[in-house]
Amino acid sequence: MTTSGLRAKGPILIVGLVILVLWYAGALGLNAPQSIEALNRTGNAWTTQDLVVRTMTMKRPVLPTPDQVLNDFCQSLFSYPLTSVRNLAYHAAVTASSALSGFVLGLLLGTLLAVGIVHVKTLDSSLMPWVIISQTVPILAIAPMVVVIFGNLGFTGLAPKAVISMYLCFFPITIGLVKGLRSTDPLAQDLMRTYSASTAQVFWLLRLPSSLPYLFASIKVAIAISLIGAIVAELPTGGTAGLGARLLSGSYYGQTIQIWSTLVMSAFLGLALVGLAGLSERLVLGRAGSKR
Amino acid sequence: MSERSPMSPLVLLILPAFVLPLGRLDGILIAWWQSPPALAALTAALGALCCARLRPRAPIAEVIWLLPGVVIGACLPSTLLDQGVALSDGLGLWIFVAGLLALLWHVMKRLTECPGRLPHLVVPALFGIMLVYLWEIGIRGFAVPAVLLPPPDAIIAALTTETANLTDDFIQTVVKAVLRGYLWGCAAGFAVAILADRAPFLARGLLPFGNLISAIPVVGIAPIMVMWFGFDWPSKAAVVVVMTFFPMLVNTLAGLATSEAIQLDLMRSYAAGYWRTLVMLRLPNALPFIFNGLKINSTLALIGAIVAEFFGTPVVGMGFRISTEVARMNLPIVWATIVVAGITGSAIYGGLSWLERAVTAWHPSYRGR
Repeated sequence: MTTSGLRAKGPILIVGLVILVLWYAGALGLNAPQSIEALNRTGNAWTTQDLVVRTMTMKRPVLPTPDQVLNDFCQSLFSYPLTSVRNLAYHAAVTASSALSGFVLGLLLGTLLAVGIVHVKTLDSSLMPWVIISQTVPILAIAPMVVVIFGNLGFTGLAPKAVISMYLCFFPITIGLVKGLRSTDPLAQDLMRTYSASTAQVFWLLRLPSSLPYLFASIKVAIAISLIGAIVAELPTGGTAGLGARLLSGSYYGQTIQIWSTLVMSAFLGLALVGLAGLSERLVLGRAGSKR
Repeated sequence: MSERSPMSPLVLLILPAFVLPLGRLDGILIAWWQSPPALAALTAALGALCCARLRPRAPIAEVIWLLPGVVIGACLPSTLLDQGVALSDGLGLWIFVAGLLALLWHVMKRLTECPGRLPHLVVPALFGIMLVYLWEIGIRGFAVPAVLLPPPDAIIAALTTETANLTDDFIQTVVKAVLRGYLWGCAAGFAVAILADRAPFLARGLLPFGNLISAIPVVGIAPIMVMWFGFDWPSKAAVVVVMTFFPMLVNTLAGLATSEAIQLDLMRSYAAGYWRTLVMLRLPNALPFIFNGLKINSTLALIGAIVAEFFGTPVVGMGFRISTEVARMNLPIVWATIVVAGITGSAIYGGLSWLERAVTAWHPSYRGR
């Protein structure tokens, strides 16, 4: 590693280390009361070392240590077949599929609304305020109800979760795309007018390409939210499949290590989805000849 | 105003509606001319249309002529429903409603052409009323069971009859958990941002983690917090603190970085120290970003608290109400809770926007409005 690389990575590494140390210290402090109780119950004399070992290896700790979480994470990832309900990757795949389908739906809806708002003045003044108000309604909080309603209608599985992700996704895309479609270079617009280009031609040849940077910035936000929507939508499905269901079952049975490893998995999934969006951005904008 | 403004031909849908059936009364299809209220509504709508379009009028005059016709016409479905007419195969009536919507669309279009601030408040209000109206007559006209989606009047009824419960939920969730968690989380994020600004080392170390957290569904810590802090409001407030901390940190840091070198140089030439520069220059410059963080957090906080209540709660609270009443298929009160949550969210957001406008009136994005 070069010196400059070290200088850039140094603070991150040190803050990461501090978090790790704090985590272990927290595990020690939070798990100690239960451990002391358990040690006293055995009736034998015990040393500080016994206590420390015990706090780090509890089966249902208040705060599991990082190595316990990592251990459980690897174990649930590699020691079961991929199609098993006990495999974390299976749950991640279920969540990812509903998050992605919700994201695609949200992208379509958001684009449709943005195009309408940019081109129809009445829609701009009538719909736009409601698009903003729609997001002050905590949809995540009513996600379980949406799932129940869809269940009554006969839609189970992917559809309700995708709808919730869609509701969350469309907002950043609409906002970003409206801004993007409106931020075309006035000179370029004048040029299009001198060519007597139709509205459709202006849209496809000028507005859309110049809105792409805004669109991709929104996509990165939207895809991260779609994952949150999918996870929360899985909470009421009764512990069948998905990261949310695994969180809920972990919370019911006090399996703290399972909750933490699920959280780690969802973090990785979130990073992977945002990374995917970033990759597609680089591919598309690279082809579009953007100066990046 | 010498020419008539163009109007969508869809409003002419009102005419063919007249020959199609209106609805079913005691199993027999009835036509328009058999029902006095239907004739009255049709006359009102057509009369308003003729009066408004007979000669070119200013936008506001056309709106004033058209709107009463639209409103009287829109009363028809509920009048018919009260008379016991089943509307589900009344094709004529629904076409009439579609024509009315086209008319309303024209009203909104003319309103946006009016000068002044008022139309810009009326248009979205009309649009919202239209949505609620369609919801109401759609549910009642097609007899959708209330278990799926209750009509708005049932929700309003629940709002009035269940006020005591809803108030308790509001106090438990919003006043106790959300507000405290929100204030603590935002204050902590702000304080750490100042700290990180003072020690750039900390900023370089913390920012990547802040960006990392934004990709992670933080709601997932809710079960852990419930396990740590118990069922009552402290666990919900803790979730809110964790959820709001990083957006506030990231936004404040970004805002503090916006001051230009030339402004900083000016402050240095005044011999202003770090704190004076911070308070007099950099914090005011950071305000738009800070408000952005506060706004994002206001929605996050409400979501965090309600979701955390799904993992365990005393027998009060909005999340508790939603999850138990859904299980009992008591949907009007669930929707009433959602309305309360929506109004709360909008009110907090609106209040923050107002405050932002008042505090950062000098900012370019508000100039010239």
